[in-house]
Amino acid sequence: MFDLLTLQQYWWFLVSVIGALFVFMTFVQGGQTLLYTLGQTEDERDLLVNSLGRKWELSFTMLVMFGGALFAAFPLFYAVSFGGAYYVWMAILFCFIIQAVAYEYRKKPDNLYGERFYEIFLYINGSLGIFLIGVALGTLFTGGNFVVNDLHLSHWTVQSYGLEALLNPFNVVFGLMLVFLARVQGALYFFNNVAENSITSRIKKVVLTNFILFLVLFLFVVGYILFANGYRYDPSTGVVSVERMKFLHSFMDMPVLLAALLAGVASLLYGVYIGIVKQARKAIWFTGIGTIVTVTVVMLILGWDNSVYYPSLADLQSSLTIVNSSGSHYTLSVMSVVSLLVPVVLLYIFFVWRSMDKTQMTIDEVKSDSHHY
Amino acid sequence: MEHADLLVDWSRAQFALTALYHWLFVPLTLGLTFIVAIMETMYVKSGDEKWKKITKYWMGLLAINFAIGLATGIIMEFEFGTNWSNYSWIVGDIFGAPLAIEGLMAFFMESTFFAVMFFGWNKVSKKMHLLSTWLVAIGSNLSALWILVANGWMQHPTGMSFNPDTTRNEMANFWEVLFNPNAVSKFLHTVSSGYVLASLFVIGISAWYLLKKRDIEFAKKSILVASSFGLLTSMYLITTGDESAHQVALNQPMKLAAMEGLYKGEKRAGIVAVGALNPAKELGDDKETFLFKFEIPNALSVLGYHKLDAYVPGMDDLVNGNKEQGIVSVKEKMQKGKLAIKALADYKKYKKANDSSHAEEALKTFKTYEKYMGYGYLKKPQDALPDVALTFYSFHTMVGLGFWFLLLFVLVLYYTMKDSIESKKWLQYAALFTIPLGYVAQEAGWITAEVGRQPWAIQDLLPVGMATSSVATSSVMITFWLFAVLFTALLLAEIKIMLKQIKIGPEGH
Ligand code: HEM
Repeated sequence: MFDLLTLQQYWWFLVSVIGALFVFMTFVQGGQTLLYTLGQTEDERDLLVNSLGRKWELSFTMLVMFGGALFAAFPLFYAVSFGGAYYVWMAILFCFIIQAVAYEYRKKPDNLYGERFYEIFLYINGSLGIFLIGVALGTLFTGGNFVVNDLHLSHWTVQSYGLEALLNPFNVVFGLMLVFLARVQGALYFFNNVAENSITSRIKKVVLTNFILFLVLFLFVVGYILFANGYRYDPSTGVVSVERMKFLHSFMDMPVLLAALLAGVASLLYGVYIGIVKQARKAIWFTGIGTIVTVTVVMLILGWDNSVYYPSLADLQSSLTIVNSSGSHYTLSVMSVVSLLVPVVLLYIFFVWRSMDKTQMTIDEVKSDSHHY
Repeated sequence: MEHADLLVDWSRAQFALTALYHWLFVPLTLGLTFIVAIMETMYVKSGDEKWKKITKYWMGLLAINFAIGLATGIIMEFEFGTNWSNYSWIVGDIFGAPLAIEGLMAFFMESTFFAVMFFGWNKVSKKMHLLSTWLVAIGSNLSALWILVANGWMQHPTGMSFNPDTTRNEMANFWEVLFNPNAVSKFLHTVSSGYVLASLFVIGISAWYLLKKRDIEFAKKSILVASSFGLLTSMYLITTGDESAHQVALNQPMKLAAMEGLYKGEKRAGIVAVGALNPAKELGDDKETFLFKFEIPNALSVLGYHKLDAYVPGMDDLVNGNKEQGIVSVKEKMQKGKLAIKALADYKKYKKANDSSHAEEALKTFKTYEKYMGYGYLKKPQDALPDVALTFYSFHTMVGLGFWFLLLFVLVLYYTMKDSIESKKWLQYAALFTIPLGYVAQEAGWITAEVGRQPWAIQDLLPVGMATSSVATSSVMITFWLFAVLFTALLLAEIKIMLKQIKIGPEGH
């Protein structure tokens, strides 16, 4: 029905949106790093954990979905990056393994290692986990050391298997930026979800400091993206070449994306503003939508417009594009039909959240609930 | 050992380790979600608060198990990329789809309604809550469906064709992948094994309360639900196991031969009910296969092929060939496979040089031998043989336990109906000690299925040696040990927490 390129672009769009939804959901991780900043008594921390605990699985699922969608739609990326930048991806996975048990086991009697231990798990997941994901996403701009041979089999050319990405300042900045964004969103989520004055009175300052740090890093990232070299392939030959200010050109080629980016950033700023000034419950919705739109646009600029979304530092012609790394026409068509379920899923998530979050959570509620974290 | 062999061994060891750990938690979730859904239905129908308490208690244990199931599960998906990256490319076009569909159709359903199930008691209506509980059960079983479709495809690849230009297998027919008979039987067998395990779990723990003479009514009610559920599902489990064996016979004769320790093929082959393999026995020699055995005549022909006098090939025949039965030797397949590999390389070379007539010729040669390509990667014919002892013993352990579970459910249900279960101490002990056996049968099942199909990552297409990532062996060793330590630490915590919750009991909730 649709030609292959259209499907490749469609799937890159879906992957981008899922990635963006995941970045939005990292408010859970951000919140995990604020337990001791915002919660000063045990009861307060329990409330915070339980408030996040209603959402953590969805953020986890989003990450799994991101992996699944990449595997199905761009299997060569799955093979090249996961199998090559081995240590980075493994470290990320370890950070998420420990998250999954931490909520449920933290407060249970006889949990072997004590409450603090599981809180440290939550902290590691919220900080290191997000930082490393940011580093890994950064390499989509800065590249990886891989070679893909004629049989499409790949290997990494340096023995640090991905850890070398930490030496690139852009990747590090990208990672830190996501951490501070997650913390801003986490704090705003608590505005929305908990009703204890002692806690909410501390939120404003947290939002402000983390937002300033985020903003500095964000401006650096935007500056880099607009003015740095990028890579493109020639659609007729597939040959990859370097282009000065490639991303800026792409924005000029696709002004809609530029407009969307500006709108996304504006929404984010507005959310932070009403969060700080008015302590508005709905602040997270604005920062959330802003985050989703902004991240989606940044991802699209990487994949669309004959771009290279994963440059190879070892062999330029091995670089990945949505065209040379995708699934077959048939598979992408089948998966596109399946993707019609996406709105259904989003819809039921929305309704469930609404009915669960009608009222804000309090310490008393957590204490009286038969099942709590 | 060579680097490549070491890398494969460590990659396999890591996958086995993580899969076996993950599988300690999955079957309980598959079954217990249904059991609590049934219990909650009883509550909503009768309005009896006792059922609510029972439901909530088992849900509490489910949550503890569920968390660690997720923790060990996330790694499985990503390991295909990190440790089996050649695999990810060569078959990702088919294999990735069910994984993605699993995420979209099942995981979101599970995780969204899970939150309602646990925290929604006072927030949504009774009916909505019940619906959420059922949706969690359906979601978790749907996820099993898709992952087993993926696994079934590895055991019996269908619905695809090899594309020499992209050098990978590409999906050609989604329905053939989904309704692959192997996938269907695998799904049914696996989920029913989960129902059986969960029933054993509920009965065993309830029996402990009876032994301690506490929470009697709670225990008896739980036993009633679990033993009815267990009896039905264990009969079904055995039926689906029979169908699984039939599928193995059709598509993986080597696995079947290893499961039964059958070296020389025969008609009217029997099944060894109990036996000990002779450790000195090797392929092609005339030593006795068994030190001792007790055999059920004809049963293997019937189980495998549903025919009394069906010929069942043995491992000798499958490796060395058997003209009479039309079985090609592995050596010959390897030769043909090497021709295919060479022709493919030639094709690529000519294509690059724009020499289309030679390229076409090479492609023709390739097509002739294509179906043996996987064999071309083997180093020696014996490599086509799985570990016989491991396959044989794990298969027999699983089947033997399957019949014991059935008997146990019959006894428990019988005495529950007669309302005398409380006084049957021996049966209570038996039920309690059967809980670990349930887990043993589970792991044995997977060992049968996965060890038995070695050396293939994809049956006949892709041996494990070709499927790995090309990372340093030392990297895989490091992550192997990290997993071993972390998963063990988490398992210990889980068991301790679980035991404590059982001790606290339903009244403490
Ligand atoms: C009692 C008769 C049983 C028979 C005839 C039977 C048969 C089989 C066969 C032939 C396989 C291998 C399928 C393959 O390689 O593709 C298998 C796998 C398996 N079995 Fe059983 N089984 C029985 C009982 C059980 C029991 C009691 C359990 C656990 C409670 C169990 C759990 C499993 C699991 C988890 C697998 C691996 C997944 C799969 O391949 O389906 N089985 N079984």
